[in-house]
Amino acid sequence: MNASTALRQGWQKVFGTGARSERPIAPDTTHGTILYLEDITVSFDGFKALNALTLYVDAGELRCIIGPNGAGKTTMMDVITGKTRPDAGSAWFGQTIDLLTLTEPQIAEAGIGRKFQKPTVFEQHTVLENLELAAAGNKSIWATLFSPLTAVQRDRIDHVLETVRLQDRRDTRAGVLSHGQKQWLEIGMLLMQDAQMLLVDEPVAGMTPQEVERTAELLLSLEGQHSVVVVEHDMNFVRSIARKVTVLHEGHVLAEGTMDQVQNDAKVVEVYLGE
Amino acid sequence: MKPSTPLMESLLGERGTRIFLSVLVATAVLVPVLHLTFDAGSPLHLSSYTMTLIGKYMTYALLAVAVDLVWGYCGILSLGHAAFFALGGYAMGMYLMRQIGTRGVYADPILPDFMVFLNWKELPWFWQGFDMFWFAALMVILVPGLLALLFGWLAFRSRVTGVYLSIITQALTYALMLAFFRNDMGFGGNNGLTDFKDILGFGINQPGTRVGLFVASAIALGLGYLACRYITLSRAGRVVQAIRDAESRTRFIGYRVESYKLWVFTFSAVLAGIAGALYVPQVGIINPSEFQPINSIEVVIWVAVGGRGTLYGAVAGAVIVNYAKSYFTAAVPEFWLYALGALFVLVTLFLPRGVVGLADRFTPGSREPVPEAAKA
Ligand SMILES: Nc1ncnc2c1ncn2[C@@H]1O[C@H](COP(=O)(O)OP(=O)(O)OP(=O)(O)O)[C@@H](O)[C@H]1O
Ligand SMILES: [Mg+2]
Repeated sequence: MNASTALRQGWQKVFGTGARSERPIAPDTTHGTILYLEDITVSFDGFKALNALTLYVDAGELRCIIGPNGAGKTTMMDVITGKTRPDAGSAWFGQTIDLLTLTEPQIAEAGIGRKFQKPTVFEQHTVLENLELAAAGNKSIWATLFSPLTAVQRDRIDHVLETVRLQDRRDTRAGVLSHGQKQWLEIGMLLMQDAQMLLVDEPVAGMTPQEVERTAELLLSLEGQHSVVVVEHDMNFVRSIARKVTVLHEGHVLAEGTMDQVQNDAKVVEVYLGE
Repeated sequence: MKPSTPLMESLLGERGTRIFLSVLVATAVLVPVLHLTFDAGSPLHLSSYTMTLIGKYMTYALLAVAVDLVWGYCGILSLGHAAFFALGGYAMGMYLMRQIGTRGVYADPILPDFMVFLNWKELPWFWQGFDMFWFAALMVILVPGLLALLFGWLAFRSRVTGVYLSIITQALTYALMLAFFRNDMGFGGNNGLTDFKDILGFGINQPGTRVGLFVASAIALGLGYLACRYITLSRAGRVVQAIRDAESRTRFIGYRVESYKLWVFTFSAVLAGIAGALYVPQVGIINPSEFQPINSIEVVIWVAVGGRGTLYGAVAGAVIVNYAKSYFTAAVPEFWLYALGALFVLVTLFLPRGVVGLADRFTPGSREPVPEAAKA
């Protein structure tokens, strides 16, 4: 390698001109399934937080996951997003992407977005700027310094603002939004990143009843275009959005089906709903 | 954000910026006119001393703007920016030394006096080329820029942040000070570089040259300010502020945080170098004391006093604190450092948004969304 190619590569590494940072990989969902978790086991000092967990999520599906405290719901999300590596099992995003070989940012870039319980928006930036920061596209210094957003990106922002119902808040600093609005903004940011799959952990905790209702509408409106996995304790909320519900218990799937089916399942009644 | 507004309109779309630029243009025109057109006896005459003092403040203001960019916007508390300022100053000083030629005490056509005094027979390799202005000007940019690039690359790549980063920037400027104090380094030791005669063929003490340097400082300050303002208004500027507020989150949504920091740090160091290069011909000397760790800390205090994260606040802070310093060091020199420390404490406690934040409070309807304190 001569000096000039070395310099050019160094320059590109810092400024990211030249090769555009296109999404490296996208999930192949031709078989209708977007997420395959098989026999996943996670142990913490011998305690199995996940115990041979097997779960499939269809493309475009809205799935609710319920289960008592400590059932392993959050740990499952940690495995999918690469935060925790399982001791055994496999995790695939579509047919071709082996999640266990990717880093956290790579998984995010491949199209899995996660919303944590605590809202994490950029408080000093406006709603619009938050969405703009999250927008998929060229994120090199050169591009952000000299090229404004593309028309496509701007349309996308308008569309997402509408979806998360924050149109009239677009120039408001995110820090002054209500708790519920911050949660929606964060979901909006995941949409801007073109996340095909959204993992949402306890979205309605701390929300007012009106906000809960709006959140339900928002998540339902995503169904079809996005696969959404919602973990929630609030049973009324789950009932209002549930299509298919998975009950986790002691690190594995106890029951799966419609809300009515799982509610009447004897095992579920025993460990959870019957309490 | 109004993506479709023309560039100039959004650059000037802020009261503080408009006030600053108006004052700057007025100063850049009026001061030379008052200096050149009125005789020394006239009450309207402005002395060469005053003009040079204001020119010096302008170079300080440019340094403060550079620090505000890295600290106020990117959250990197650099306590070593005076080093970049001094390096730019040394590059200019080397050019000025080589212009002296046979007019030095030892009348050596090539070697500066201090080298003759040290019995050196030949010009060291790193003094080559400094007889040409364009080369020196290039070095004013390259030396601080490359040092910042190397230093930042090492620091940011290993994720050194917060107070640790501040400490190693202090170590950087301290190490440079010790190095430049050494006679055998070849930069004139503790005397530094001085006794300049001319610049670009003009006598350095000629009124016309003084005015030229003054106007050049004003232009550099104006352009440097506008460049920083452009950056802070661009998408890159919002990324930089996102890094300041939530670094790992920014990384997670796909930005190369280290690259952004490195770039902002380097750009800021270059601005500091340019400021130093304009400072030296006006004050007539550069010596290793410019690398003192306290100097870099003072710059941060200027920015804090003025109000960080606004750019124009940095300018205001640089002027206010330095004016106070001129006053204090003349009246009660031994108290200056205490006064400076007290000022910093008071501002941190009672004026988190600095003097410009205070001014905004008394002019309703003009509040800018100024970022909260970046965590040092
Ligand atoms: N890093 C860790 N080290 C040790 N144990 C852990 C760790 N993370 C989780 N656990 C344990 O694993 C089990 C599953 O935890 P997890 O957070 O996944 O449950 P959850 O279903 O999300 O519960 P909740 O409904 O309370 O949020 C719990 O018993 C928890 O104490
Ligand atoms: Mg949990």
